[in-house]
Amino acid sequence: MDIPLPDIVSALGTIMSTNKENRNDHIEDIQHHVKVYMNVFIALAFLTILTVAVSYLEVSFIEAFFIAITVATIKGSLVLSFFMHLITERQAIIWILVATFIAFLILLFIPLISLTDQVSNW
Amino acid sequence: MSNIPYILEERPDTGLNNSKLGIWIFIASEIMLFGGLFSAYVFLRIAAPEGDFAYWGSKLNIPMATFNTLVLITSSVTMVMSWASLKMQQFDKYKMYLGITILCGLAFLVVKYFEYTGKFHHGIYPSSSTFMGIYFTMTGLHVLHIIGGLLVLGFFWTSQADKMWEEDQDLLANRIEITGLYWHFVDLVWIFLFPILYLL
Repeated sequence: MDIPLPDIVSALGTIMSTNKENRNDHIEDIQHHVKVYMNVFIALAFLTILTVAVSYLEVSFIEAFFIAITVATIKGSLVLSFFMHLITERQAIIWILVATFIAFLILLFIPLISLTDQVSNW
Repeated sequence: MSNIPYILEERPDTGLNNSKLGIWIFIASEIMLFGGLFSAYVFLRIAAPEGDFAYWGSKLNIPMATFNTLVLITSSVTMVMSWASLKMQQFDKYKMYLGITILCGLAFLVVKYFEYTGKFHHGIYPSSSTFMGIYFTMTGLHVLHIIGGLLVLGFFWTSQADKMWEEDQDLLANRIEITGLYWHFVDLVWIFLFPILYLL
């Protein structure tokens, strides 16, 4: 059973699906991808060792937090971009993730509303 | 075999096959699930007495967690290699790489078992502190995801995969790609759990 999408969604999908040249199903392309995967693997392993080594340095919490999150973000970006093929993926998926990230930021910061709570002043 | 449309071929309006669109929407829901816990971690840490999280965090075993991080990264690359092997028509290599991925997942669970039991032997439980509460919640949920992923990976390592390869090679490659996306996401979550729980 196929469920038809509303026209506006269909139109959006058509706009989003423009990079059709990214269908790398040829064996040569896959072999090239394999080399990239190996390089990403080495980078991930190196960054893991780096972030552990840095954690033993005598730095302030703010500095340690900044370094750890930056390295984790770089590692996460590598996994998303290359292992999950986001770098060559359709824009429809990119927009799903952008919407999710915005929703995540709202989720992360919505408890800050509690700071406006004046109960403690009563 | 199935009446579900657009499993392999792209749907004209989305430009994607339904399998891939489905798994990415599922991953989006997973981001919100773990996002809620990351949010909880931030606010619990802000509200905790100074040094409390650092004190309880120091009781965790960094070498074990580092080893587990490397194991999961390895499993991610072998997962994507198993998919690449199918694309290159190398079924034997697919089985080998998927087998290594499963072994890595099992190794992760074994290390986690020793970590958990080590804590229990020292009388440390989720109720011991706020940090331990959020630590066991986040890593426990992550472990459940590893177990779920291993069940799916295990299925695709059985003779069912051999049968599917004989019947429809593209279908198997598609399913491994979709399973791989989930597995990489589980790796991605650990990449962020590791520093915030063990290193900060």
